[in-house]
Amino acid sequence: MISKINRPAWFITPYVILFSVFILVPVIIAVGLSFTYFNTIETPEFIGLRNYIELLTRDEVFMQYVLPNTIKFAFIVGPLGYLMSFLLAWMLAQIPHKPRTVLAIILYSPSMTSGIAMTVVWTVLFSGDPTGYLNSILLQLGIVTEPVQFLTSANYLMTIMIIVSLWGSMGVGFLAMLAGILNIDKSLYEAAYVDGMKNRWQEIFYITIPSMKPQMLFGAVMAVVGTFQAGAIGVMLSGGNPTPQYSGQLMVNHIEDYGFIRYLMGYASVISVVLLMLVYGISRTTFKLLGERH
Amino acid sequence: MAKFQGININPARYHKSQLKFYLVLIPMALFIALPIIFIVSHAFKPENELFAYPPRFFVRVPTLQNFRDLVSIANESGIPFSRYLFNSLIVTVFGVFLSVLFTSTAAYALSKLKFKGKKVLFEINTIALMFVPIAVTIPRYLIIANMGMIDSYWVLILPLIAMPVGLFLVKQFIDQTPDELIESAKIDGASEMQIFFKIIVPIVAPALATVGILAFQLLWNDTSGSSLYINDERMKTLAFYFSTLGARTGNTIAGQGVLAAASLITFVPNIVIFIFLQSRVMNTMAHSGIK
Repeated sequence: MISKINRPAWFITPYVILFSVFILVPVIIAVGLSFTYFNTIETPEFIGLRNYIELLTRDEVFMQYVLPNTIKFAFIVGPLGYLMSFLLAWMLAQIPHKPRTVLAIILYSPSMTSGIAMTVVWTVLFSGDPTGYLNSILLQLGIVTEPVQFLTSANYLMTIMIIVSLWGSMGVGFLAMLAGILNIDKSLYEAAYVDGMKNRWQEIFYITIPSMKPQMLFGAVMAVVGTFQAGAIGVMLSGGNPTPQYSGQLMVNHIEDYGFIRYLMGYASVISVVLLMLVYGISRTTFKLLGERH
Repeated sequence: MAKFQGININPARYHKSQLKFYLVLIPMALFIALPIIFIVSHAFKPENELFAYPPRFFVRVPTLQNFRDLVSIANESGIPFSRYLFNSLIVTVFGVFLSVLFTSTAAYALSKLKFKGKKVLFEINTIALMFVPIAVTIPRYLIIANMGMIDSYWVLILPLIAMPVGLFLVKQFIDQTPDELIESAKIDGASEMQIFFKIIVPIVAPALATVGILAFQLLWNDTSGSSLYINDERMKTLAFYFSTLGARTGNTIAGQGVLAAASLITFVPNIVIFIFLQSRVMNTMAHSGIK
Protein backbone atom coordinates (compact mmCIF):
# COMPACT_ATOMS: atom_id res chain seq x y z
CA MET A 1 0.00 0.00 0.00
CA ILE A 2 2.63 2.50 1.09
CA SER A 3 4.80 1.89 -1.92
CA LYS A 4 1.74 2.46 -4.12
CA ILE A 5 1.04 5.97 -2.88
CA ASN A 6 4.63 6.81 -3.64
CA ARG A 7 4.22 6.19 -7.32
CA PRO A 8 4.66 9.22 -9.57
CA ALA A 9 1.07 8.75 -10.72
CA TRP A 10 -0.20 10.02 -7.38
CA PHE A 11 1.71 13.23 -7.75
CA ILE A 12 0.79 13.91 -11.32
CA THR A 13 -2.75 12.52 -11.76
CA PRO A 14 -4.88 15.29 -10.19
CA TYR A 15 -3.18 17.97 -12.24
CA VAL A 16 -3.22 15.92 -15.42
CA ILE A 17 -6.94 15.15 -15.06
CA LEU A 18 -7.90 18.78 -14.52
CA PHE A 19 -5.53 19.93 -17.23
CA SER A 20 -7.01 17.43 -19.69
CA VAL A 21 -10.66 18.08 -18.86
CA PHE A 22 -10.52 21.86 -18.88
CA ILE A 23 -7.68 22.70 -21.27
CA LEU A 24 -6.62 19.85 -23.54
CA VAL A 25 -9.98 18.23 -24.34
CA PRO A 26 -11.73 21.60 -24.95
CA VAL A 27 -9.05 22.46 -27.48
CA ILE A 28 -9.58 19.12 -29.23
CA ILE A 29 -13.37 19.55 -29.18
CA ALA A 30 -13.01 23.07 -30.57
CA VAL A 31 -11.04 21.66 -33.46
CA GLY A 32 -13.69 18.95 -33.98
CA LEU A 33 -16.62 21.37 -33.80
CA SER A 34 -14.98 23.67 -36.29
CA PHE A 35 -15.85 21.14 -39.00
CA THR A 36 -19.53 21.09 -38.07
CA TYR A 37 -22.70 23.10 -38.13
CA PHE A 38 -23.83 23.28 -34.52
CA ASN A 39 -26.62 25.49 -33.18
CA THR A 40 -26.51 24.04 -29.62
CA ILE A 41 -29.93 22.40 -29.97
CA GLU A 42 -29.49 19.81 -32.72
CA THR A 43 -26.56 17.42 -32.86
CA PRO A 44 -23.53 18.84 -34.67
CA GLU A 45 -23.64 18.11 -38.38
CA PHE A 46 -20.38 17.47 -40.22
CA ILE A 47 -19.87 20.02 -42.98
CA GLY A 48 -16.15 19.70 -43.68
CA LEU A 49 -14.23 22.85 -44.33
CA ARG A 50 -17.28 24.98 -45.04
CA ASN A 51 -16.86 27.09 -41.86
CA TYR A 52 -13.25 27.79 -42.68
CA ILE A 53 -14.10 28.76 -46.25
CA GLU A 54 -16.91 30.96 -44.98
CA LEU A 55 -14.58 32.70 -42.53
CA LEU A 56 -11.91 33.36 -45.12
CA THR A 57 -14.06 34.30 -48.07
CA ARG A 58 -17.47 35.50 -46.95
CA ASP A 59 -17.19 36.92 -43.46
CA GLU A 60 -16.73 40.58 -44.35
CA VAL A 61 -16.79 41.72 -40.76
CA PHE A 62 -13.97 39.34 -39.94
CA MET A 63 -11.78 40.34 -42.87
CA GLN A 64 -12.53 44.04 -42.78
CA TYR A 65 -12.57 44.71 -39.08
CA VAL A 66 -11.88 41.82 -36.75
CA LEU A 67 -8.63 40.51 -38.23
CA PRO A 68 -7.04 43.91 -38.95
CA ASN A 69 -8.10 45.14 -35.48
CA THR A 70 -6.68 42.05 -33.79
CA ILE A 71 -3.39 42.34 -35.65
CA LYS A 72 -3.09 46.07 -35.07
CA PHE A 73 -3.93 45.70 -31.38
CA ALA A 74 -1.54 42.78 -30.89
CA PHE A 75 1.34 44.31 -32.81
CA ILE A 76 1.17 47.56 -30.89
CA VAL A 77 0.30 46.35 -27.38
CA GLY A 78 2.48 43.23 -27.44
CA PRO A 79 5.88 44.67 -28.45
CA LEU A 80 5.36 48.04 -26.74
CA GLY A 81 4.21 46.44 -23.51
CA TYR A 82 7.14 44.05 -23.63
CA LEU A 83 9.64 46.81 -24.29
CA MET A 84 8.16 48.91 -21.49
CA SER A 85 8.33 45.96 -19.11
CA PHE A 86 11.98 45.36 -19.94
CA LEU A 87 13.09 48.99 -19.75
CA LEU A 88 11.23 49.62 -16.51
CA ALA A 89 12.63 46.42 -15.00
CA TRP A 90 16.11 47.41 -16.16
CA MET A 91 15.81 50.82 -14.50
CA LEU A 92 14.28 49.37 -11.34
CA ALA A 93 17.22 46.99 -11.02
CA GLN A 94 19.54 49.98 -10.77
CA ILE A 95 17.94 51.68 -7.78
CA PRO A 96 18.12 50.55 -4.14
CA HIS A 97 15.91 47.80 -2.76
CA LYS A 98 13.28 49.82 -0.88
CA PRO A 99 12.22 52.30 -3.57
CA ARG A 100 12.48 49.47 -6.08
CA THR A 101 10.00 47.33 -4.17
CA VAL A 102 7.50 50.16 -3.81
CA LEU A 103 7.73 51.18 -7.47
CA ALA A 104 7.58 47.56 -8.69
CA ILE A 105 4.39 46.94 -6.72
CA ILE A 106 2.81 50.06 -8.21
CA LEU A 107 3.81 49.11 -11.75
CA TYR A 108 2.49 45.56 -11.29
CA SER A 109 -0.74 46.62 -9.58
CA PRO A 110 -2.88 46.99 -12.73
CA SER A 111 -2.32 43.28 -13.38
CA MET A 112 -4.13 42.54 -10.15
CA THR A 113 -7.24 44.39 -11.21
CA SER A 114 -9.51 42.33 -13.34
CA GLY A 115 -10.61 44.13 -16.48
CA ILE A 116 -14.20 44.41 -15.42
CA ALA A 117 -13.36 45.85 -12.03
CA MET A 118 -11.69 48.80 -13.67
CA THR A 119 -14.48 49.57 -16.16
CA VAL A 120 -15.77 52.35 -13.97
CA VAL A 121 -12.43 54.21 -14.08
CA TRP A 122 -12.22 54.23 -17.83
CA THR A 123 -15.86 55.00 -18.39
CA VAL A 124 -15.62 57.98 -16.04
CA LEU A 125 -12.29 59.21 -17.42
CA PHE A 126 -13.37 58.97 -21.04
CA SER A 127 -17.08 59.57 -20.55
CA GLY A 128 -18.78 61.27 -23.48
CA ASP A 129 -20.60 63.93 -21.44
CA PRO A 130 -18.94 67.06 -20.05
CA THR A 131 -18.49 65.47 -16.61
CA GLY A 132 -16.05 62.96 -18.10
CA TYR A 133 -12.60 63.88 -16.80
CA LEU A 134 -10.85 64.06 -20.13
CA ASN A 135 -13.71 65.94 -21.75
CA SER A 136 -13.89 68.34 -18.83
CA ILE A 137 -10.18 69.12 -19.15
CA LEU A 138 -10.33 69.50 -22.93
CA LEU A 139 -13.37 71.79 -22.64
CA GLN A 140 -11.72 73.98 -20.02
CA LEU A 141 -8.56 74.30 -22.07
CA GLY A 142 -10.67 75.23 -25.04
CA ILE A 143 -9.25 72.43 -27.19
CA VAL A 144 -12.73 71.20 -28.03
CA THR A 145 -16.00 73.05 -27.99
CA GLU A 146 -18.24 70.11 -27.30
CA PRO A 147 -17.57 66.81 -25.51
CA VAL A 148 -15.95 64.06 -27.58
CA GLN A 149 -17.68 60.66 -27.64
CA PHE A 150 -14.50 58.76 -26.85
CA LEU A 151 -16.03 55.40 -26.04
CA THR A 152 -18.86 55.21 -28.53
CA SER A 153 -17.05 56.70 -31.50
CA ALA A 154 -15.29 54.44 -33.94
CA ASN A 155 -12.43 56.96 -34.21
CA TYR A 156 -11.19 56.73 -30.65
CA LEU A 157 -12.17 53.34 -29.28
CA MET A 158 -9.14 51.44 -30.58
CA THR A 159 -6.66 54.04 -29.31
CA ILE A 160 -8.23 53.98 -25.86
CA MET A 161 -8.18 50.17 -25.86
CA ILE A 162 -4.46 50.28 -26.63
CA ILE A 163 -3.71 52.82 -23.90
CA VAL A 164 -5.71 50.89 -21.30
CA SER A 165 -3.99 47.63 -22.27
CA LEU A 166 -0.52 49.18 -22.12
CA TRP A 167 -1.41 50.54 -18.69
CA GLY A 168 -1.86 46.96 -17.52
CA SER A 169 1.00 45.33 -19.38
CA MET A 170 3.52 45.08 -16.52
CA GLY A 171 2.48 41.61 -15.46
CA VAL A 172 4.12 38.35 -14.49
CA GLY A 173 6.60 38.71 -17.36
CA PHE A 174 7.71 42.06 -15.99
CA LEU A 175 8.36 40.51 -12.57
CA ALA A 176 10.29 37.68 -14.21
CA MET A 177 12.48 40.09 -16.16
CA LEU A 178 13.13 42.19 -13.06
CA ALA A 179 14.20 39.11 -11.12
CA GLY A 180 16.28 38.03 -14.11
CA ILE A 181 18.23 41.29 -14.26
CA LEU A 182 18.80 41.29 -10.51
CA ASN A 183 20.25 37.80 -10.70
CA ILE A 184 22.88 38.48 -13.35
CA ASP A 185 26.35 37.76 -12.06
CA LYS A 186 28.14 41.10 -11.53
CA SER A 187 31.49 39.64 -12.53
CA LEU A 188 30.17 39.31 -16.10
CA TYR A 189 29.99 43.08 -16.34
CA GLU A 190 33.39 43.53 -14.76
CA ALA A 191 34.93 41.10 -17.20
CA ALA A 192 33.30 42.94 -20.09
CA TYR A 193 34.84 46.28 -19.04
CA VAL A 194 38.25 44.74 -18.95
CA ASP A 195 37.57 43.52 -22.49
CA GLY A 196 36.77 47.08 -23.55
CA MET A 197 32.99 47.45 -23.42
CA LYS A 198 32.30 51.10 -24.13
CA ASN A 199 28.72 52.04 -23.39
CA ARG A 200 25.32 51.18 -21.96
CA TRP A 201 23.96 49.86 -25.25
CA GLN A 202 26.76 47.37 -25.63
CA GLU A 203 26.20 46.40 -22.04
CA ILE A 204 22.47 45.81 -22.58
CA PHE A 205 22.88 43.86 -25.81
CA TYR A 206 26.00 41.86 -25.05
CA ILE A 207 25.59 41.16 -21.33
CA THR A 208 22.18 41.95 -19.86
CA ILE A 209 19.84 40.44 -22.45
CA PRO A 210 21.87 37.30 -23.24
CA SER A 211 22.33 36.59 -19.50
CA MET A 212 18.61 36.72 -18.82
CA LYS A 213 17.40 35.18 -22.06
CA PRO A 214 15.23 32.56 -20.32
CA GLN A 215 13.35 35.28 -18.46
CA MET A 216 13.14 37.32 -21.66
CA LEU A 217 11.48 34.36 -23.39
CA PHE A 218 9.08 33.77 -20.51
CA GLY A 219 8.23 37.48 -20.58
CA ALA A 220 7.64 37.30 -24.32
CA VAL A 221 5.16 34.41 -24.01
CA MET A 222 3.35 36.22 -21.21
CA ALA A 223 3.21 39.39 -23.35
CA VAL A 224 1.69 37.55 -26.32
CA VAL A 225 -0.87 35.68 -24.23
CA GLY A 226 -1.68 38.79 -22.18
CA THR A 227 -2.34 40.76 -25.33
CA PHE A 228 -4.85 38.25 -26.66
CA GLN A 229 -6.46 37.79 -23.23
CA ALA A 230 -7.11 41.51 -23.03
CA GLY A 231 -9.54 41.06 -25.91
CA ALA A 232 -12.70 41.72 -23.96
CA ILE A 233 -11.67 45.29 -23.33
CA GLY A 234 -13.43 46.91 -26.28
CA VAL A 235 -16.80 45.49 -25.29
CA MET A 236 -16.19 46.50 -21.71
CA LEU A 237 -15.37 50.11 -22.67
CA SER A 238 -18.08 50.67 -25.26
CA GLY A 239 -20.66 48.71 -23.30
CA GLY A 240 -21.79 46.29 -25.98
CA ASN A 241 -20.93 43.57 -28.45
CA PRO A 242 -20.50 44.34 -31.33
CA THR A 243 -18.48 47.47 -30.62
CA PRO A 244 -19.47 50.70 -32.45
CA GLN A 245 -19.01 50.06 -36.20
CA TYR A 246 -16.81 47.11 -35.21
CA SER A 247 -14.03 49.57 -34.42
CA GLY A 248 -12.87 47.70 -31.32
CA GLN A 249 -13.98 44.23 -32.42
CA LEU A 250 -11.28 41.63 -31.72
CA MET A 251 -11.30 37.89 -32.40
CA VAL A 252 -12.38 37.16 -28.85
CA ASN A 253 -15.45 39.37 -29.32
CA HIS A 254 -16.20 37.76 -32.67
CA ILE A 255 -16.20 34.36 -30.93
CA GLU A 256 -18.65 35.61 -28.33
CA ASP A 257 -20.78 37.24 -30.98
CA TYR A 258 -21.19 34.00 -32.94
CA GLY A 259 -21.09 31.58 -30.00
CA PHE A 260 -23.27 33.26 -27.41
CA ILE A 261 -25.32 35.80 -29.31
CA ARG A 262 -26.06 33.93 -32.55
CA TYR A 263 -25.51 30.42 -31.16
CA LEU A 264 -23.52 29.29 -34.18
CA MET A 265 -21.08 27.20 -32.19
CA GLY A 266 -19.40 25.49 -35.12
CA TYR A 267 -18.58 28.79 -36.67
CA ALA A 268 -17.44 30.25 -33.34
CA SER A 269 -15.14 27.23 -32.97
CA VAL A 270 -13.43 28.03 -36.26
CA ILE A 271 -12.59 31.50 -34.96
CA SER A 272 -11.34 29.90 -31.72
CA VAL A 273 -9.08 27.53 -33.60
CA VAL A 274 -7.71 30.36 -35.73
CA LEU A 275 -7.12 32.42 -32.58
CA LEU A 276 -5.26 29.60 -30.81
CA MET A 277 -3.11 29.05 -33.89
CA LEU A 278 -2.41 32.77 -34.12
CA VAL A 279 -1.27 32.96 -30.48
CA TYR A 280 0.87 29.88 -30.91
CA GLY A 281 2.34 31.10 -34.20
CA ILE A 282 3.19 34.53 -32.82
CA SER A 283 4.76 33.03 -29.68
CA ARG A 284 6.89 30.71 -31.81
CA THR A 285 7.98 33.56 -34.10
CA THR A 286 8.85 35.71 -31.09
CA PHE A 287 10.97 32.85 -29.78
CA LYS A 288 12.82 32.61 -33.06
CA LEU A 289 13.38 36.35 -33.30
CA LEU A 290 14.70 36.59 -29.75
CA GLY A 291 16.73 33.44 -30.15
CA GLU A 292 18.41 34.51 -33.38
CA ARG A 293 19.39 37.95 -32.28
CA HIS A 294 21.88 36.56 -29.79
CA MET B 1 36.36 62.24 -20.20
CA ALA B 2 34.78 60.43 -17.31
CA LYS B 3 35.35 56.74 -17.43
CA PHE B 4 32.27 54.68 -18.30
CA GLN B 5 30.87 53.42 -15.03
CA GLY B 6 28.53 50.78 -16.30
CA ILE B 7 25.56 49.17 -14.67
CA ASN B 8 25.19 48.99 -10.93
CA ILE B 9 22.68 46.25 -10.24
CA ASN B 10 20.90 46.29 -6.93
CA PRO B 11 22.82 49.23 -5.46
CA ALA B 12 22.94 49.53 -1.68
CA ARG B 13 22.11 53.21 -1.49
CA TYR B 14 21.06 56.24 -3.48
CA HIS B 15 23.59 57.84 -5.78
CA LYS B 16 23.03 60.83 -8.04
CA SER B 17 23.69 58.66 -11.10
CA GLN B 18 20.35 56.96 -10.32
CA LEU B 19 18.47 60.22 -10.67
CA LYS B 20 17.75 59.65 -14.37
CA PHE B 21 16.01 56.38 -13.56
CA TYR B 22 13.84 58.03 -10.92
CA LEU B 23 12.97 60.72 -13.44
CA VAL B 24 11.40 58.04 -15.64
CA LEU B 25 10.15 55.62 -13.01
CA ILE B 26 8.32 58.04 -10.72
CA PRO B 27 6.20 59.75 -13.41
CA MET B 28 5.49 56.31 -14.89
CA ALA B 29 4.43 54.94 -11.51
CA LEU B 30 2.22 57.99 -10.96
CA PHE B 31 0.57 57.52 -14.35
CA ILE B 32 -0.06 53.88 -13.56
CA ALA B 33 -1.26 54.52 -10.03
CA LEU B 34 -3.64 57.29 -11.09
CA PRO B 35 -6.62 55.07 -12.03
CA ILE B 36 -6.19 53.15 -8.81
CA ILE B 37 -6.01 56.30 -6.68
CA PHE B 38 -9.08 57.44 -8.57
CA ILE B 39 -10.98 54.28 -7.60
CA VAL B 40 -10.11 54.81 -3.94
CA SER B 41 -11.12 58.44 -4.05
CA HIS B 42 -14.29 57.85 -6.08
CA ALA B 43 -15.48 55.06 -3.80
CA PHE B 44 -15.71 57.44 -0.84
CA LYS B 45 -17.41 60.32 -2.67
CA PRO B 46 -20.88 61.39 -1.56
CA GLU B 47 -23.50 61.83 -4.25
CA ASN B 48 -23.10 65.59 -4.69
CA GLU B 49 -19.38 65.18 -5.37
CA LEU B 50 -20.03 62.47 -7.95
CA PHE B 51 -22.26 64.91 -9.80
CA ALA B 52 -19.91 67.87 -9.41
CA TYR B 53 -19.00 69.84 -12.51
CA PRO B 54 -16.18 70.32 -13.25
CA PRO B 55 -15.37 66.89 -11.80
CA ARG B 56 -12.96 66.69 -8.89
CA PHE B 57 -10.33 64.02 -8.68
CA PHE B 58 -10.00 63.79 -4.91
CA VAL B 59 -12.81 63.28 -2.45
CA ARG B 60 -13.53 66.19 -0.08
CA VAL B 61 -16.04 64.81 2.41
CA PRO B 62 -15.49 61.04 2.46
CA THR B 63 -18.52 58.88 3.15
CA LEU B 64 -19.22 55.15 3.38
CA GLN B 65 -22.55 55.58 1.62
CA ASN B 66 -21.38 53.84 -1.57
CA PHE B 67 -20.38 50.75 0.39
CA ARG B 68 -23.73 50.74 2.19
CA ASP B 69 -25.50 51.02 -1.17
CA LEU B 70 -23.43 48.16 -2.48
CA VAL B 71 -24.79 45.95 0.30
CA SER B 72 -28.36 47.23 0.08
CA ILE B 73 -28.62 46.80 -3.71
CA ALA B 74 -27.76 43.13 -3.22
CA ASN B 75 -30.17 42.73 -0.31
CA GLU B 76 -33.02 44.34 -2.23
CA SER B 77 -32.57 41.90 -5.10
CA GLY B 78 -33.19 39.03 -2.68
CA ILE B 79 -29.68 37.67 -2.36
CA PRO B 80 -27.89 39.06 0.69
CA PHE B 81 -24.51 40.62 0.05
CA SER B 82 -23.00 38.26 2.60
CA ARG B 83 -24.08 35.32 0.46
CA TYR B 84 -22.02 36.52 -2.51
CA LEU B 85 -19.09 37.16 -0.19
CA PHE B 86 -19.44 33.70 1.35
CA ASN B 87 -19.49 32.08 -2.11
CA SER B 88 -16.39 33.96 -3.17
CA LEU B 89 -14.55 33.04 0.01
CA ILE B 90 -15.42 29.34 -0.29
CA VAL B 91 -14.44 29.21 -3.94
CA THR B 92 -11.22 31.16 -3.44
CA VAL B 93 -10.03 29.33 -0.32
CA PHE B 94 -10.64 25.84 -1.71
CA GLY B 95 -9.41 26.81 -5.15
CA VAL B 96 -6.14 28.30 -3.94
CA PHE B 97 -5.50 25.34 -1.65
CA LEU B 98 -6.17 22.75 -4.37
CA SER B 99 -4.26 24.68 -6.98
CA VAL B 100 -1.16 24.96 -4.82
CA LEU B 101 -1.36 21.30 -3.77
CA PHE B 102 -1.95 19.78 -7.22
CA THR B 103 0.45 22.10 -8.99
CA SER B 104 3.28 21.47 -6.55
CA THR B 105 2.92 17.67 -6.49
CA ALA B 106 2.82 17.60 -10.28
CA ALA B 107 5.81 19.94 -10.49
CA TYR B 108 7.78 17.71 -8.10
CA ALA B 109 7.02 14.64 -10.19
CA LEU B 110 8.00 16.42 -13.40
CA SER B 111 11.20 17.68 -11.86
CA LYS B 112 12.51 14.81 -9.71
CA LEU B 113 10.61 11.57 -10.29
CA LYS B 114 11.23 9.16 -13.12
CA PHE B 115 8.31 7.98 -15.24
CA LYS B 116 7.32 7.52 -18.84
CA GLY B 117 6.04 10.50 -20.77
CA LYS B 118 7.49 13.03 -18.36
CA LYS B 119 9.20 15.11 -21.03
CA VAL B 120 6.11 15.10 -23.24
CA LEU B 121 3.92 16.23 -20.34
CA PHE B 122 6.18 19.17 -19.62
CA GLU B 123 6.32 20.04 -23.31
CA ILE B 124 2.52 20.05 -23.53
CA ASN B 125 2.34 22.20 -20.42
CA THR B 126 4.83 24.67 -21.87
CA ILE B 127 2.78 24.93 -25.05
CA ALA B 128 -0.28 25.44 -22.87
CA LEU B 129 1.37 28.57 -21.45
CA MET B 130 0.16 30.05 -24.71
CA PHE B 131 -3.40 28.94 -24.04
CA VAL B 132 -6.13 31.57 -24.22
CA PRO B 133 -9.09 30.28 -22.19
CA ILE B 134 -11.66 32.53 -23.87
CA ALA B 135 -11.00 30.67 -27.10
CA VAL B 136 -12.48 27.43 -25.76
CA THR B 137 -15.41 28.79 -23.78
CA ILE B 138 -17.84 26.77 -25.87
CA PRO B 139 -16.31 23.27 -25.60
CA ARG B 140 -15.63 23.91 -21.92
CA TYR B 141 -19.28 24.67 -21.43
CA LEU B 142 -20.29 21.50 -23.29
CA ILE B 143 -17.99 19.37 -21.13
CA ILE B 144 -19.22 20.91 -17.91
CA ALA B 145 -22.85 20.57 -18.92
CA ASN B 146 -22.35 16.92 -19.89
CA MET B 147 -20.65 16.14 -16.60
CA GLY B 148 -23.68 17.54 -14.77
CA MET B 149 -21.58 20.08 -12.93
CA ILE B 150 -23.78 23.10 -13.72
CA ASP B 151 -24.87 24.87 -10.54
CA SER B 152 -22.24 23.49 -8.19
CA TYR B 153 -19.36 25.15 -6.43
CA TRP B 154 -17.00 22.73 -8.17
CA VAL B 155 -17.62 24.34 -11.50
CA LEU B 156 -16.36 27.65 -10.14
CA ILE B 157 -13.22 26.01 -8.78
CA LEU B 158 -12.07 23.09 -10.91
CA PRO B 159 -11.62 24.77 -14.32
CA LEU B 160 -9.23 27.29 -12.79
CA ILE B 161 -7.02 24.93 -10.80
CA ALA B 162 -4.70 23.58 -13.47
CA MET B 163 -2.62 26.67 -14.23
CA PRO B 164 0.12 25.94 -16.80
CA VAL B 165 2.04 29.03 -15.64
CA GLY B 166 1.95 27.81 -12.05
CA LEU B 167 3.22 24.33 -12.89
CA PHE B 168 5.91 25.84 -15.04
CA LEU B 169 7.15 28.19 -12.32
CA VAL B 170 7.19 25.58 -9.54
CA LYS B 171 8.90 22.99 -11.74
CA GLN B 172 11.66 25.42 -12.69
CA PHE B 173 12.07 26.23 -9.00
CA ILE B 174 12.25 22.59 -7.86
CA ASP B 175 14.87 21.98 -10.56
CA GLN B 176 17.21 24.14 -8.44
CA THR B 177 17.08 21.85 -5.39
CA PRO B 178 20.01 19.44 -5.36
CA ASP B 179 19.25 15.76 -5.95
CA GLU B 180 21.58 14.82 -3.07
CA LEU B 181 19.08 16.21 -0.60
CA ILE B 182 16.45 13.79 -1.87
CA GLU B 183 18.89 10.88 -2.18
CA SER B 184 20.05 11.21 1.42
CA ALA B 185 16.46 11.33 2.65
CA LYS B 186 15.74 8.15 0.71
CA ILE B 187 18.71 6.42 2.35
CA ASP B 188 17.21 7.42 5.69
CA GLY B 189 14.08 5.54 4.62
CA ALA B 190 11.78 8.43 3.71
CA SER B 191 8.98 7.76 1.23
CA GLU B 192 8.38 10.02 -1.78
CA MET B 193 5.39 11.61 -0.04
CA GLN B 194 7.45 12.29 3.08
CA ILE B 195 10.25 13.73 0.99
CA PHE B 196 7.78 15.93 -0.80
CA PHE B 197 6.04 17.30 2.25
CA LYS B 198 9.00 17.45 4.65
CA ILE B 199 11.86 18.48 2.36
CA ILE B 200 10.57 19.89 -0.91
CA VAL B 201 7.62 21.95 0.31
CA PRO B 202 9.66 24.06 2.78
CA ILE B 203 12.33 24.72 0.15
CA VAL B 204 9.92 25.70 -2.61
CA ALA B 205 7.65 27.74 -0.34
CA PRO B 206 8.34 30.94 -2.35
CA ALA B 207 7.18 29.28 -5.56
CA LEU B 208 4.08 27.95 -3.81
CA ALA B 209 3.31 31.43 -2.51
CA THR B 210 3.56 32.69 -6.07
CA VAL B 211 1.18 30.04 -7.38
CA GLY B 212 -1.12 30.89 -4.48
CA ILE B 213 -1.18 34.55 -5.47
CA LEU B 214 -1.80 33.79 -9.15
CA ALA B 215 -4.57 31.35 -8.24
CA PHE B 216 -6.06 33.88 -5.86
CA GLN B 217 -6.17 36.56 -8.56
CA LEU B 218 -7.77 34.13 -10.99
CA LEU B 219 -10.42 32.82 -8.60
CA TRP B 220 -11.24 36.03 -6.76
CA ASN B 221 -11.57 38.10 -9.93
CA ASP B 222 -13.36 35.46 -12.03
CA THR B 223 -16.80 36.32 -13.36
CA SER B 224 -17.11 33.97 -16.31
CA GLY B 225 -17.69 30.87 -14.13
CA SER B 226 -20.70 32.44 -12.44
CA SER B 227 -22.14 33.84 -15.62
CA LEU B 228 -21.74 30.72 -17.78
CA TYR B 229 -22.09 27.74 -15.47
CA ILE B 230 -24.25 28.95 -12.61
CA ASN B 231 -27.95 29.63 -13.02
CA ASP B 232 -28.78 29.71 -9.32
CA GLU B 233 -28.33 33.31 -8.21
CA ARG B 234 -27.50 32.19 -4.66
CA MET B 235 -24.33 30.45 -5.81
CA LYS B 236 -22.76 33.26 -7.79
CA THR B 237 -19.67 35.06 -6.61
CA LEU B 238 -18.97 38.57 -5.42
CA ALA B 239 -16.96 39.42 -8.54
CA PHE B 240 -19.94 38.38 -10.66
CA TYR B 241 -22.36 40.45 -8.56
CA PHE B 242 -20.05 43.44 -9.01
CA SER B 243 -19.93 42.89 -12.75
CA THR B 244 -23.72 43.17 -12.93
CA LEU B 245 -23.85 46.42 -10.94
CA GLY B 246 -23.54 48.54 -14.07
CA ALA B 247 -26.81 47.14 -15.33
CA ARG B 248 -28.47 47.28 -11.90
CA THR B 249 -27.65 50.93 -11.29
CA GLY B 250 -28.40 51.77 -14.91
CA ASN B 251 -24.89 53.17 -15.41
CA THR B 252 -25.93 56.43 -13.81
CA ILE B 253 -23.48 58.87 -12.31
CA ALA B 254 -24.77 57.99 -8.85
CA GLY B 255 -24.02 54.37 -9.73
CA GLN B 256 -20.40 55.20 -10.40
CA GLY B 257 -19.68 55.59 -6.71
CA VAL B 258 -21.11 52.15 -6.03
CA LEU B 259 -19.10 50.68 -8.90
CA ALA B 260 -15.93 52.30 -7.58
CA ALA B 261 -16.61 50.84 -4.13
CA ALA B 262 -17.05 47.42 -5.74
CA SER B 263 -13.79 47.77 -7.66
CA LEU B 264 -12.00 48.74 -4.49
CA ILE B 265 -13.31 45.69 -2.60
CA THR B 266 -12.16 43.44 -5.46
CA PHE B 267 -8.74 45.04 -5.69
CA VAL B 268 -7.71 45.43 -2.04
CA PRO B 269 -7.31 41.71 -1.14
CA ASN B 270 -5.18 41.19 -4.26
CA ILE B 271 -2.74 43.94 -3.47
CA VAL B 272 -2.55 43.24 0.27
CA ILE B 273 -1.61 39.62 -0.37
CA PHE B 274 0.87 40.62 -3.05
CA ILE B 275 2.58 43.16 -0.80
CA PHE B 276 3.01 40.56 1.95
CA LEU B 277 4.40 37.92 -0.38
CA GLN B 278 6.26 40.03 -2.94
CA SER B 279 9.76 38.99 -1.87
CA ARG B 280 8.80 35.34 -2.34
CA VAL B 281 7.34 36.10 -5.75
CA MET B 282 10.56 37.79 -6.85
CA ASN B 283 12.53 34.84 -5.58
CA THR B 284 10.39 32.51 -7.75
CA MET B 285 10.58 34.72 -10.81
CA ALA B 286 14.37 34.49 -10.78
CA HIS B 287 13.94 30.86 -11.87
CA SER B 288 11.11 31.48 -14.31
CA GLY B 289 13.11 31.29 -17.51
CA ILE B 290 12.18 29.23 -20.56
CA LYS B 291 15.26 27.34 -21.69
